[in-house]
Amino acid sequence: MQALPPFLAAESLACRRGERLLFRRLSFRLEAGSACHVTGANGAGKTTLLRALAGLTTPFAGEVRREGALALLDERSGLEPDLPLGRALDFWFGLDGATDGDAVMRRLRLDALAEVPVRFLSTGQRKRAALARVLGQAAPVWLLDEPLAGLDIASQGLVSALVREHCAAGGIALIASHQPLDVPGMTSFAIEDFAPAETEDAEA
Amino acid sequence: MTAALLRRDLAQFFPFTGSGAALPTVFFVAVAMLFPFAVGPDAKILARTGGGVVWIAALLAAILPLERLVARDIELGFFDQLRLRGMAEETMMAVRLAAHWLSFGPPLVLATFPAAALLRIEGESFSLLLLGLLAGTPGLAAIGLMIAALTASLRAGAALSGLLLIPLALPVLIFGAGALARQDHVSLGFVAAISLALVALAPFAAGAAIRAAREN
Repeated sequence: MQALPPFLAAESLACRRGERLLFRRLSFRLEAGSACHVTGANGAGKTTLLRALAGLTTPFAGEVRREGALALLDERSGLEPDLPLGRALDFWFGLDGATDGDAVMRRLRLDALAEVPVRFLSTGQRKRAALARVLGQAAPVWLLDEPLAGLDIASQGLVSALVREHCAAGGIALIASHQPLDVPGMTSFAIEDFAPAETEDAEA
Repeated sequence: MTAALLRRDLAQFFPFTGSGAALPTVFFVAVAMLFPFAVGPDAKILARTGGGVVWIAALLAAILPLERLVARDIELGFFDQLRLRGMAEETMMAVRLAAHWLSFGPPLVLATFPAAALLRIEGESFSLLLLGLLAGTPGLAAIGLMIAALTASLRAGAALSGLLLIPLALPVLIFGAGALARQDHVSLGFVAAISLALVALAPFAAGAAIRAAREN
C-alpha cells in the first residue's frame, strides 16, 4: 500500500480554556518535510493548541486535518514511575513495534540510565526519555511541547538535530517552545497574533 | 496492543507484584478475623451474621484500590499516549476492568476459605457465599472503575469514591447477602445479572469519563 504523504492542517481553529477564548481563526498547513515553531507567552494557549491538533480535545470551532500517525511530547512522559527506565520504555517500544530501541536510547544518552527507576530521573533526563519514546514511535507527524525545557546545552543541540533529521526524512514537526531551535527553513508564528481582541470575546 | 496493555495493567495491579495490591485481600481477612473478637465466639451467632460480614468486608476491600485505578495514569499521560495510537478509551477501560477484577476478585474468593473458617460458615452457606462473591465481585469492580474514572480529575476524588461506591453497591450486597439468609440460588441469579449489566456498562461510562476529564 502506498502511504499518502503526511500533512497537518488547521482550518480556522478556535480553542477555549474554561470560559476564556485563547485564540481563533488560526489556520496553517504543514507539508511533508516542514517544521514550524509556535511561540507565545505562558498561558497563551500553546499546549491547548497542541492537544487540539493531536485530537485529544475537541476545538471550540474549526477543524484539524491530518495524514499520518502522530507523536506527542508534552510535560507528561507516559512512563511508569516505578519501573526501571529501560523496561518503561520497552513497553512503548513494544507497542510501537520499534526494533531499534537500544540505538534510540544510546542516541539520547540514556543507555547508562536503563536500570534507574523513572521516578529518580531528573527533569532533563525524563524529557530525554520522553523523546526516546517519540523517536521509537516512528510517526511522521511530531508535536513537541516545550522539548527544550530542562535540557542542558548539548541535549538542546541534539533536539534540533533530531528535528532536522526528522524533517529531512519527510516528517513534519510542530514545536511549541520559548527557546529558539536551530532548524533551517523552519517557519514560525506567534499564538498571540490569533488572540481575540478584548471586545470580540463573545463571537469568534 | 490490547494484550500488551493487559499485561502491563496486570503487572501493576496484581497482588505481590504490584505495589501494595495485596492490601485489599489482607484487609478482607483481617475484618473476618476481628469480627469473632467483637461479638464473641458463639458459633450460632457467628454462622448467622458471618455471611453479611464477609460481604461488607468484600465491599470495603473493593474501595481500597480505587485511588490508583485511573487517576494515576491520567496524570502520567498514559491514556493520552494510547489514544494517539488509535486505541479507544472504551478498550482501555475494558482492559482496566479485567485487570482490576483479576487483581481483587479471585484473591478475595480464595481468602473466603480462611475467612469462612474463622466465622464458622459451613456447608450450603459456604457454597452460596463463594458463588455469590464470584458473581458479585465483577459488579463491584465495574462500579469501582466507573467511580474512579469519574472522580479522577477531582481533588478529593479518593475520599469521594468510597462514599459513592457504597450506595451503588447496595443491590449486589442485598441479593448477595440475601442469598445466604434465605438459602436460595435465585438471589445469586440476580447478583450475576446485576454484575453482568454493570460490567457491560462500565467501559463506556468510564471511557466517556476520561475523555471528559481531558477537556478541562
